[in-house]
Amino acid sequence: MQVSQNTLFDKVWDLHKVSSLPGGSDQLFIGLHLIHEVTSPQAFGALKDKNLKVKFPNRTVATVDHIVPTDNQSRPFKDNLAEQMIETLERNCIEQKIKFFNIGSGNQGIVHVVAPELGLTQPGMTIACGDSHTSTHGAFGAIAFGIGTSQVRDVLASQTIAMNKLKVRQIWCEEKLSNGVYAKDLVLHIINRLGVKAGVGFAYEFAGPAISALSMEERMTICNMSIEGGARCGYVNPDETTFRYIKERLCAPKNKNWDKAVKWWQSLKSDENSIYDDVIKLDASKVEPTVTWGITPGQSIGINQQIPHLEDLPLNDQFIAEEAYEYMGFKPGQSIKDTPIDVCFIGSCTNGRMSDLRVAANVLRHQKVSKKVKAFVVPGSEKVANEAKQEGIDKIFKDAGFQWREPGCSMCLAMNSDKLIGNQVSASSSNRNFKGRQGSPKGRTLLMSPAMVAAAAINGKVSDVREFINK
Amino acid sequence: MNQEFKPPRGKISQIKGKCISLIGNDIDTDRIIPARFLKCINFDSLGESVFEDDRELLRGKHPFDKEESKDASILIVNSNFGCGSSREHAPQALMRWGIKAIIGESFAEIFYSNCIAIGIPCFTLPKNSIKDIQKYNDNKNLFLEIDIENSFAKSKDLNFKLEIKESSRKMFLSGEWDATSTLLENEKLIENKFNDLPYLKFNSNYL
Ligand code: SF4
Repeated sequence: MQVSQNTLFDKVWDLHKVSSLPGGSDQLFIGLHLIHEVTSPQAFGALKDKNLKVKFPNRTVATVDHIVPTDNQSRPFKDNLAEQMIETLERNCIEQKIKFFNIGSGNQGIVHVVAPELGLTQPGMTIACGDSHTSTHGAFGAIAFGIGTSQVRDVLASQTIAMNKLKVRQIWCEEKLSNGVYAKDLVLHIINRLGVKAGVGFAYEFAGPAISALSMEERMTICNMSIEGGARCGYVNPDETTFRYIKERLCAPKNKNWDKAVKWWQSLKSDENSIYDDVIKLDASKVEPTVTWGITPGQSIGINQQIPHLEDLPLNDQFIAEEAYEYMGFKPGQSIKDTPIDVCFIGSCTNGRMSDLRVAANVLRHQKVSKKVKAFVVPGSEKVANEAKQEGIDKIFKDAGFQWREPGCSMCLAMNSDKLIGNQVSASSSNRNFKGRQGSPKGRTLLMSPAMVAAAAINGKVSDVREFINK
Repeated sequence: MNQEFKPPRGKISQIKGKCISLIGNDIDTDRIIPARFLKCINFDSLGESVFEDDRELLRGKHPFDKEESKDASILIVNSNFGCGSSREHAPQALMRWGIKAIIGESFAEIFYSNCIAIGIPCFTLPKNSIKDIQKYNDNKNLFLEIDIENSFAKSKDLNFKLEIKESSRKMFLSGEWDATSTLLENEKLIENKFNDLPYLKFNSNYL
């Protein structure tokens, strides 16, 4: 008998393949389609142009996140264009009978925070959204990837897209993360090691004892940033941790269906002897709290390391490193520790969940934010915000001197009014440190874990969070 | 600008229309449609804003504002047209203004594939031929008939062979450029999939 040697990726892909297209790509069925206000309106427009309707309206779910203000969410929004965008989404959802979790519904938030919370994200699904961080949902053992506007249109019209199958690289993480080191540090470390383009054409399977030990929220942080490593899609094989997270959520299968679901989910994980296109191994216990110093998420170092010298970097990375020294105002050989910080931001689809807020609050308890720092926290969703309030976490933040905001993407990409000013330096729990990403063409972003952002807020400079939690 | 916009669909084998020439190398997508138009809810109004800043500068003298090119549909450009940001808004703006095909010395890669995805064939010609066409078009309006099957363009006075990537040529002739229509051809298979997927059964009672 032949033993199956398929990865979860192969199994899920094959299950969803509708046909082989003449051009050489596969037509793939999309089990769950998530939409938001920025990339969907043109797609709905295109549908209208073609006189088409949404094929399976109940396989698409909408929320609003990118453009929402986080200080005052009363309608109409102050920003006219933002108001127009939310109105358009509201209208499209009504016209096409799509479920929309609007502000005030109790379930609005960043699309990649909301869908898992609702139990919509499940193992074995194909999930697409017009947003590159759709890879987040892979944490559940789903095949999830970001798509462009034309593909959003295709999913609305046909529930399928044309796509070439990806290769699979397993990233095996030995041992366990040490105290004060988080999923964010691990994923920054992985991207640094493999590079920001290494994942092009690949799906990343994150596996090994260090990954199995992570909570669902931590796994989401890892898969979220697959795209920063160039991989459109990242996933973790589903296990008991996955099932426990989904159980009892609003859209989770119930009663008898639950048992059926779990049985099926268990069958999906990569086979024992799966054949991978590539395998990388690393030791998670060696990872330190990690901080980016440059203008790509790959330019990071451990908190006790120095900004690399040009000659210590691979030839390919030298050009962008020079650009980074110049833009960031750093000198090679300089420590990253003690870099003064102007703004601290905790939030985003990478690190805006309950566990992120809890970890940061633990650091902030009985502490005060440095006077030089503007610090604010933007919960990833209304649910996160409510839960935090119930636990009294909002109070810990506020007492420490953080502003407590309403849910949204906020300064992750600064499409609302939360922006850096001039060449301010931010310590940010988000995922991109590109030039100008946080709203100022000269703004500088240091990516780190939420705990590290909290430590930076207290000291007014980049600090080792282990000095706070090991006290 | 054309009054009622009808996007192309299905097979495209022939394009007829008046030419409009735009002279200059490296015309980037920011010039085609400035970044501020990205915060928008549809592509509909982009047609009016195509080349907005350039047109503003030229106060009515920009080719896209000239009376005689108002109903043109074949754009003649020079090299590396559409470089810069990957925004699909750029070809959308041109299309909504009325452009149905582009002939140029060369195109930026992402712009080219965005054009194909929305049904604008892009052809290339050597530098000198482009110059000749642009010059001719300045004097009298050139009206072209493009035959995609044979990659050939003809007019009253001029006839010339056009270059187009073989894969693109085939996609236009078969209609496969139009991904949505191609995907919808397998409607039955899609429905079977929908009915077969295990999780759509055990989740059926919610969404
Ligand atoms: S939080 Fe940031 S990365 Fe995530 S969806 Fe919003 S803008 Fe994109």
